[in-house]
Amino acid sequence: MKPGTDERASRADTIPAASRRGLLQGALGLGVLIATRPSRGATPPDLDDAIRAFAGGAKVSTGKVQLEVAPLVENGNAVPITVNVESPMTATEHVKSIAVFNERNPQRDVVVFTLGPRAGRARVATRIRLATSQKLVAVAQLSDGTFWQHGVDVIVTLAACVES
Amino acid sequence: MARALITMPSVAKRGEVIEIRTLIAHPMETGYRRGDEGAVLPRNLIRRFTCRYDGEVVVAAELFPAVAANPLLSFYTVATTSGTLTFTWEGDNGFAQSESVTITVT
Repeated sequence: MKPGTDERASRADTIPAASRRGLLQGALGLGVLIATRPSRGATPPDLDDAIRAFAGGAKVSTGKVQLEVAPLVENGNAVPITVNVESPMTATEHVKSIAVFNERNPQRDVVVFTLGPRAGRARVATRIRLATSQKLVAVAQLSDGTFWQHGVDVIVTLAACVES
Repeated sequence: MARALITMPSVAKRGEVIEIRTLIAHPMETGYRRGDEGAVLPRNLIRRFTCRYDGEVVVAAELFPAVAANPLLSFYTVATTSGTLTFTWEGDNGFAQSESVTITVT
């Protein structure tokens, strides 16, 4: 027999039974904690509040709105975004306003456009600042009182200056 | 007077939807940044933008600190009649600027 194998006691034998039980319970609890954390797709509460306030408590459905932004951004100081809403833009059926919200900047609001039938097309574009990688949400208010949204996750390589 | 640039067609057909791009030079200081001495640089933003077509507001925008410096705003409007489009920017520290462009609608 190889020397040393008999002397090598198994690790489990050196841990007293009581603390072994405690370790197991702790590990089980940790597993439960990880399982109950919000899923990756969930919207954080501040962003939810901002969207809810804009919609005045009305239901915000996903769809109709297209938020165009690069998924990976080099410079967070000037990020081009475009919001497009499919709408005939007539007097009876048009987009009244388009709002863009963010998740992790110091403030949730980004920009709010007010449109109307004279806008002709519900398509707006601007450049924004992103302090870090985060979620952007565009919400559109239609003339029939409904609200629609589209969210995009953006990764930012160089963050915009929050503190220089 | 800050430099402003308006890009839009000068001639359009009646009922045509035209694209307008506006750009204005402005630092859009957020009020969150600190200067070299450590003091917070005061907020200095453009707050509101309005596009009026012969006096009637067709597109307006409310800007927040998250809008990048030298704000670019792009939108569309219907070319209804020949007339004047007036673009106004209003902001902190009494910032107010207006630019007008005429359009010929055939």
